[in-house]
Amino acid sequence: MERNEAAEKISFGERLALGLRVLFNPGLAGRVARALQTPEAKPAAAASERVHASGLLLLSALQREGRLLDFLQQEVTDFSDDEVGAAARVVHSGCRKVLHQYFEIQAVAKEPEGTEVVVPKDFDPQHWRITGNVTGKPPFRGTLRHHGWVTKQIRMPTVSESLDPRIVAPAEVEIP
Amino acid sequence: MSHYAIGIDLGTTNCALSFYDLSAATARHWQQSMLAVPQLTAPGTVEDRTLLPSFLYLPSESEFADGALALPWDKKAGEVVGEYARTHGAKVPTRLVSSAKSWLSHSGVDRTTPLLPWQAPPEVQRVSPVEASARYLRHLAEAWDEKFARTKATADRAIAGQEVILTVPASFDAAARELTLQAATQAGLKNVTLLEEPQAALYAWIEAAGDQFRKQVKAGDVILVVDVGGGTTDLSLIAVTEQQGELQLSRIAVGDHILLGGDNMDLALAHTLNQELLANGKKLDSWQFVSLTYGCRQAKELLFADLKLKKAPISVPSRGSGLVGGTVKTELTREELTRVLTDGFMPRVPIDKLPQIARRTGLTQMALPYAQDPGITRHLAAFLERQGRALASAHDAPVKIEGAAFVHPTAVLFNGGVFKAGALKARIVEVLNDWLKLDGGQPVKELEGADLDLAVARGAAYYGWVRHGHGVRIRGGTARAYYVGVESPMPAVPGFEPPIKALCVAPFGMEEGTQADVPPQEFGLVTGEPTRFRFFASSLRRDDRVGQMLDDAAQHEELEELAPIETTLSADGGQTGKLVPVNLQAAVTEVGTLEVRCLEKAGPGLWKLELNVRMKGEEQQP
Repeated sequence: MERNEAAEKISFGERLALGLRVLFNPGLAGRVARALQTPEAKPAAAASERVHASGLLLLSALQREGRLLDFLQQEVTDFSDDEVGAAARVVHSGCRKVLHQYFEIQAVAKEPEGTEVVVPKDFDPQHWRITGNVTGKPPFRGTLRHHGWVTKQIRMPTVSESLDPRIVAPAEVEIP
Repeated sequence: MSHYAIGIDLGTTNCALSFYDLSAATARHWQQSMLAVPQLTAPGTVEDRTLLPSFLYLPSESEFADGALALPWDKKAGEVVGEYARTHGAKVPTRLVSSAKSWLSHSGVDRTTPLLPWQAPPEVQRVSPVEASARYLRHLAEAWDEKFARTKATADRAIAGQEVILTVPASFDAAARELTLQAATQAGLKNVTLLEEPQAALYAWIEAAGDQFRKQVKAGDVILVVDVGGGTTDLSLIAVTEQQGELQLSRIAVGDHILLGGDNMDLALAHTLNQELLANGKKLDSWQFVSLTYGCRQAKELLFADLKLKKAPISVPSRGSGLVGGTVKTELTREELTRVLTDGFMPRVPIDKLPQIARRTGLTQMALPYAQDPGITRHLAAFLERQGRALASAHDAPVKIEGAAFVHPTAVLFNGGVFKAGALKARIVEVLNDWLKLDGGQPVKELEGADLDLAVARGAAYYGWVRHGHGVRIRGGTARAYYVGVESPMPAVPGFEPPIKALCVAPFGMEEGTQADVPPQEFGLVTGEPTRFRFFASSLRRDDRVGQMLDDAAQHEELEELAPIETTLSADGGQTGKLVPVNLQAAVTEVGTLEVRCLEKAGPGLWKLELNVRMKGEEQQP
């Protein structure tokens, strides 16, 4: 856990201004007094694995069901397409299962790719990416190259706080 | 008063819970809901799933980190039920309890003693089949209370206060039903009614059909329900009759308990492919075999769904992290699928082809008595043919047999995930129609539209609503007549067991909430000593009245011996050894279980005979 000491240093002017506010604002004074009483006045910034626990959880699920980490961590250059293909089926069916369990994903654009579409005047630039000969003002007329993806529903599981999310997959030992 | 009717399908491999708002004035068709059951899917990870796999994993003390097995309602949970129990248990089979339901109906063992997991090392705290079932039910109950009755304001919605309909296979005998109820009680369910699974499936279909129901079936129809679950095949016949313009449904026959289901099919495919792999020098370990089985199920579904495919690829992942190169590749061809599944499990057979079953001989059978013949169509033929004979000779049969070689169904309803495969349904319909054609009957029609995985739970919840006087109710009563064994008085001859007569105590078709007459035979019970009666049932003897005596039970093929029933009369006032004359009486409770009682002949005494002890002469521990 890293903390930026410099960011916590306050200049003299700022300290004076704060002092005056405390002096004339009884509500704020109370809050400051209470904060000073608490040993850990400000909650420590959460460790990065806590902030990103759900990302690690997803990684863990993709490994568990679809062996994604095994697949990506392996150097595949020396293997035949056949061998990579066989492994890819494991990854595909398992990861797909996780994807469908946790998310409901739809295409952004309903039209088939390759057809001509109109991007409306008040389009949301997050939904549409305009490429090619971009000139003038919307509405734009063009060919749909990729229909995009949008998550409609998220059903991530609840995860116990007592576990270390960094362990994406435990080492497995079989007792004979 | 309860707010909901809760239907619970306590399956061999999966459980499900459906609920029905009882205040609804009309049937709600498909809007009634399934409970999403929170369960562990990995250590520390709780997810909602519609199905709760019926698996219990008993971890070793140091196996998991603190809190890794916590559930929303139990932070200190020490064992695993559901999805993670199933997946992790595949790697640690000696600590995994599975198929508890099949054990529950296995009269060869004492089902209340802790004997599962069957192969567990001594340090594992084993559980009884009843306790395992109770834990699945408790998990569902806690999940319900967590979602519906978490606060004080909603406390009246707790499951203990709701009407619960718990399903059992139609082929479950009196003892297995009693034990299922016992499991429900242990799980804290209070207001429980039992319902046969094929009936639940039909209720689900009726609900889904809505107004179409009366157009799709008519008086005179005989509906055959073929329910192939994960571990059992359950058959029932339901007749449609008309009384004063109203359609009536009555369940007229149920099949034997057949331990044969969808899991056997996936296993059969996996064994076939495993042999090919072995021939090519590739050896799978037991975990990889499980994953091959899983792959076979997916390949099977793929091939059944897309008839143009000739084969489906299967990849069995390596155990270690070297996935590329370590993955074993194989494929399931359509030829294999048809040979192993369609022809293997549903062969085209003539109606008079009986399944190859060595009749239970009374020899010790400790492990589960799996069906010896995988041919479901042969079991079906035997069922229709035997029931046809029984109905032909019955004095008030609800369907006419009139010289037919077997009961002619007019409609068939499929249930169970196995029948997602159109080819398997088609095969059964084809075989049925062949039989019917040869016997001068009309082809059957399929009742379509039920949800194959969830119909039983849904139908059970719907039945809860029907019980409040809505819709059509299926009548039936007990699907068997019950008998106690009476020893014939004769001089003892060494090595020769005196013949046992069978006294009918409960006739076929006893309705819930009724009791049978008291047969005239008198028995002597000795106070302070356990008294045992041998106990028999028959799903074919429809006409026996209470008090009827069958000579030599062993000569009656249609009688099936169940685990004995017993009681111990307490010796009140220290009169141990006193002989008390009693009569026997049977009653079917409102819940749907059979109760046999001893009535004191000259007094008010009443003792219930327990149904749940093991078969005679099998005393060894696992």
